[in-house]
Amino acid sequence: MSSSAHHDHHPFQQHHFHSIEQQSDSAKMGMWLFLGQELLFFGGLFMAYILFRWMYPDTWMACAEHLNTTMGALNTVVLIFSSLTMALGVREAQLGNNKKLAGYLAVTIFCACVFLVVKYFEYTHKIHDGLLPGNLYAYSHDVMPGRPDLFFSIYFAMTGLHAIHVIAGIVVLGWLLKRALRSDFDSKYYNPVENVGLYWHLVDLIWIFLFPLLYLVR
Amino acid sequence: MSSTAIGADSHGSSGHEEKNYLNATRGLKSWIFTVDHKRIGIMYLGAILTFFLIGGLLAIAVRLELFSPDPVLTKDPSLYNKLFTLHGAIMVFLVLVPSIPASIGNFILPLQLGAKDVAFPKLNLASLWVYCIGALFLIAVILTKAVETGWTFYTPYSKDSASSVVLATLGVFILGFSSIFTGLNFIVTIHKMRAPGMTWRRLPLFVWAMYATSIIQVLATPVIAITMLLMLLERTLGIGIFDPALGGDPVLYQHFFWFYSHPVVYVMILPGFGIISELVTVHSRKNIFGYNAIAISSVSIAIIGFLVWGHHMFVSGQSPLASVIFSALTFFVAVPTAIKVLSWVATMYGGSIRFTTPMMYTFSFLFLFSIGGLTGLLLSTLATDVHLHDTYYVVAHFHYVMMGGTLIAFIGGIFHWWPKMTGKLYNEKWGNISAILVFIGFNITFFSQFVAGTQGMPRRYYTYAEQYQPWQQLSTIGSWVLALGLFTAAGVLLKSIFGGQRSPHNPWGAVSMEWETATPPIEHNFHEQPICEHGPYDFPEIDHTMGPAH
Ligand SMILES: [Cu+2]
Repeated sequence: MSSSAHHDHHPFQQHHFHSIEQQSDSAKMGMWLFLGQELLFFGGLFMAYILFRWMYPDTWMACAEHLNTTMGALNTVVLIFSSLTMALGVREAQLGNNKKLAGYLAVTIFCACVFLVVKYFEYTHKIHDGLLPGNLYAYSHDVMPGRPDLFFSIYFAMTGLHAIHVIAGIVVLGWLLKRALRSDFDSKYYNPVENVGLYWHLVDLIWIFLFPLLYLVR
Repeated sequence: MSSTAIGADSHGSSGHEEKNYLNATRGLKSWIFTVDHKRIGIMYLGAILTFFLIGGLLAIAVRLELFSPDPVLTKDPSLYNKLFTLHGAIMVFLVLVPSIPASIGNFILPLQLGAKDVAFPKLNLASLWVYCIGALFLIAVILTKAVETGWTFYTPYSKDSASSVVLATLGVFILGFSSIFTGLNFIVTIHKMRAPGMTWRRLPLFVWAMYATSIIQVLATPVIAITMLLMLLERTLGIGIFDPALGGDPVLYQHFFWFYSHPVVYVMILPGFGIISELVTVHSRKNIFGYNAIAISSVSIAIIGFLVWGHHMFVSGQSPLASVIFSALTFFVAVPTAIKVLSWVATMYGGSIRFTTPMMYTFSFLFLFSIGGLTGLLLSTLATDVHLHDTYYVVAHFHYVMMGGTLIAFIGGIFHWWPKMTGKLYNEKWGNISAILVFIGFNITFFSQFVAGTQGMPRRYYTYAEQYQPWQQLSTIGSWVLALGLFTAAGVLLKSIFGGQRSPHNPWGAVSMEWETATPPIEHNFHEQPICEHGPYDFPEIDHTMGPAH
């Protein structure tokens, strides 16, 4: 590798980059682009939400009653708190403080798991009541106006897709935790933490929109 | 005028044989697990051309069936539906969308930027593998019950059809990721990996075109992904977002589908524009006319292209006001497109045109794409579209743009960069003959469809009224000539691999950066970081006579 060896090579620098800065800048730009496409991916669902809420306003009013606002609010707090610990983790990574980073990552992962457990209880309750999407809808206690099956299609599609993103977040956070415990990061090389942080903030942000749109309709 | 810090031409051609990217490492694994953008590009090229062959054979079958209004190949109209659906789905999702970016783009773009690789080589490999997985799903569709919905999968038909819609939409969903990966990779590569001195105004126009393409890939593809996902949930769980029987809205499906599928026609055509900009300059020995105009028009096409999807829904119950707005915006796209065509023609004016095979395909492109573009104006006009909608006129228009535009440019690009990729020269005479055969065959096949369409022949019909038979037969005969031309082109290229002459380092005398390294390139592209000191079309002979501006 005699070519272009003007900078001292960081151990994590890939051969096709000139410097670790170029590598970090590239990765960060790639992450922003990825987040941009995520917004459009969820955008389809938000569009469907708008259309059907406009088509069936009574349904939305009635069905939102059946969502557990307390659990939704609890999850909102949990996720916002996890965003804070993630941001603090990025700060520690920039300082090259792998031990503290590992701690913050562990808390973030814990919050993500709490979120999923709460979601699990919400889902089981819905399944038990038959408040399910489309053809599976089997709620029999009272009759809701319009298309309650469609509301729960939207509810499960949006929260389910979001939950998949939370699970993916746990996986990448776990990968960071492993690397932090190995002391991989330093003040020149912390970009993976930063990028996962960006992703995690987006996952939180989407939930912050989902919560009022689905739970707080009235 | 040579601008690099290296003297690539002094290596290799004489004396010791240097290893290139093809023979640097050996064995199947060295290809399957490679992160080299050049090898990935070559593998993509092989896969895409294979599916081009399959999709083409399906088209021949469709044309054969239409030779007569009575059954020719099959008595089962639903089999006919499957044939044209598979033709459309394979050609759009496995051929046209990845065609130029994933193959030629992957190979040439980092070289044109003077980079060692794309920004994310592993993501690039992942893109290839995801493409292969998606392709396997579409093959599974063929092997099971096929699909009969047309490549657009309109609801509620796709909801109720007994064919393998689930497999097909899953395949399209997966293929979307490979497209996003490529687009994301290229945007970052163009921003962050340019050689020193390569300013935005020194980028080859192919790179500009790839940049605009990539923006669309990243921003439009996720919308088809969520659409296909919802369609899957609809068929498996019956969630009813698009199914009117369950309270859903089939027109919402059309909005979603075309929000992706209109911009994606620019994913298909913009790279073709990029190739033509390269070919027309190099083979006319002239600097491009209107560099800025062509570069900016690529990006503006990408942006305006996001705002015109409703022109597919003029007769779908969209509000008249929306239709008028979409119609007007569609006319706007014609402006940057016309700027490009006029610039290419002006580039040739006064140049020393060489009648090489790539140039013959460029002529073909200019002629066919102009017809394709101009006939599109009648479809964006509301009053005429009501008559022409869902007729053979639309089929002909689409093929003039996509085959006469994208695929002709693709083939021209393959001929242009073939020596770079393989290190071999092909037979120019037979290359020219292939271009002429393709041109003649194409026009016979599709011009007759314009006529049949204006007379009212609806698309996607298994049979037709007697009055259309002459045009249908002409079209079918044309498809044989077209196939002959394409097979000739394939033969020319294959023959060059086995027993073609060795190519000199820079057979066309081009000055963009991909020609400054060895032919075929070495594994790491350049011995030393090249420095960019001039524009991509500053051919030495022009510089001495007229100055760079003209
Ligand atoms: Cu369109």
